[in-house]
Amino acid sequence: MITVESLTRRYAGFTAVDNVSFTALPGRVTGFLGPNGAGKSTTMRVMVGLTAPTSGTATINGERFANLPNPGLEVGVLLDASAQHAGRTGREILTVAADTMGLPRTRVEEMIELVSLTPTEAKRRVRNYSLGMRQRLGIATALLGDPKVLILDEPANGLDPAGIRWMRDLLTNFASQGGTVLLSSHLLHEIEVIADDLVVIGNGKIVAAGSKEELLVAAGTLARSTSPRDLAHALEQAGIPSTLASDGSVRTDADPARVGAVALTAGIALTDLRSAEGAGLEDMFLSLTADTQREGVAA
Amino acid sequence: MTATIVPPDTIEAEPARRTAQPIPTSRLVKVELRKMFNTRSGFWMLISIGVLSPISAGSLLVFGLNSDVTYQNFVRASGFPMSVILPIIAILAVTGEWSQRSGLTTFTLVPSRGRVIGAKAIATLLVGLGAVSVAFAVGALGNLAGSALAGVDTAWDVSLSMALQMVLYNLVGMAFGFALGVVLRNSAAAIVGYFVASLVMPGILALLAQVRSGFEDLQPWIDWHYTQVALLDGATNTVKEWAMLGSTTTIWIVLPLVFWLLSLRRSEVK
Repeated sequence: MITVESLTRRYAGFTAVDNVSFTALPGRVTGFLGPNGAGKSTTMRVMVGLTAPTSGTATINGERFANLPNPGLEVGVLLDASAQHAGRTGREILTVAADTMGLPRTRVEEMIELVSLTPTEAKRRVRNYSLGMRQRLGIATALLGDPKVLILDEPANGLDPAGIRWMRDLLTNFASQGGTVLLSSHLLHEIEVIADDLVVIGNGKIVAAGSKEELLVAAGTLARSTSPRDLAHALEQAGIPSTLASDGSVRTDADPARVGAVALTAGIALTDLRSAEGAGLEDMFLSLTADTQREGVAA
Repeated sequence: MTATIVPPDTIEAEPARRTAQPIPTSRLVKVELRKMFNTRSGFWMLISIGVLSPISAGSLLVFGLNSDVTYQNFVRASGFPMSVILPIIAILAVTGEWSQRSGLTTFTLVPSRGRVIGAKAIATLLVGLGAVSVAFAVGALGNLAGSALAGVDTAWDVSLSMALQMVLYNLVGMAFGFALGVVLRNSAAAIVGYFVASLVMPGILALLAQVRSGFEDLQPWIDWHYTQVALLDGATNTVKEWAMLGSTTTIWIVLPLVFWLLSLRRSEVK
């Protein structure tokens, strides 16, 4: 379990993380979302002791990271796959990490196999690795000590589609065995598929947190009908505001059950009725972080 | 704004915490030793010491006069490449964590930065002692071969005091490189800094001593290179000379390290 309490990190003249509190629970994958520069990475860096907080605390299973006797065995960390000595081979980087944690060398070979690096690739120097290969190596380093908590910053970055699928299965399995996963990503679709809980951060502040279902229900319903105008009218009659898109879909904040009921009473045949999920997370993300977006997107 | 997630189907079972043992310092030292030589640059520096030291001693065999065939000269010759390479090894042992950003992994595996730097210091010391032993061994072989070739008596003209000073010369050089690495945390800057301090600065200070007569007395107390040369020549003998060494070591090595200790705790590892 990861607990962040009233965490604040100030730099000269600006606050990167502003009174952030949240919990990432065991058995669940917690997605950490936010625009560039929102404070995700700083929060994660404070969790693992690389950055000192100005105030507040971050604990792993109730303990400050710096107080863990052998942190690699308890927390797997991947903050930046490119942060490796370019002159070392992939295998050597894992060997050094395994030696530091006091693990047998056989663990290195197991990890190389687990992340699907070929023996030839493992012998190459990291300088010659692609971003995807570096990510795999970083994940191998994080998993080396068989930890119960994972903190991953943008782990899907640079992975090929098969790699992304593999990572998704890996993290889901990890969580289903009682592990805690905190993962940040810009790939909203990825997060939407994999995360159980979401924490959205913008300008250093938490703008939303909760289970994915809770947050996405708030994103509303998308319905289609052969006569969209009638549907929109019926909804309005029932006191449900809705918007009629040019493609003939009707969007509303009400939940699907209510929209279905309204359509039934009005005698309108629906051709499509669902939680506005597909675009839901993206819409939610953009609207929640609208004030903090560089592009000034109005959701 | 703060928020807490309270999902409906939380798995309550907290994973049983394993009783992890703290990482022993001996293991950290071993790991740091390995890290000094498992990179391409580290590997080649080790090779270059192994190759250049005998070449340097060998050149004395080939080009030296019969009168040059003494143990002192052979040890100096085989030790010369080391006096250049060892400080660079010390610098890179520290700066690699920042310049190559491997510190992100190192300091998450071992959150205590002081312990990591301490382990690096011990590893550096061990490498220095090992390398200097090699210099003495290569010098001895060269001396035996040289005296046999030249048909002169083998001269073992290195006293214990001189030998200790030669060892200290290399260790102080490494310590200076280490301190520079710790303070600058950047490979290029630290290496340039090292050569400025050992090649450019002595000239400027010597010039200053010539121009200002008052500075002449002060120079041995603040000129790092001056006391290094004295060590290399085995000429650090009196209490005053040792005090001068203490003074330059404090200025160039101890103070920077203390400054670093104060700044490191809250510094960010990027």
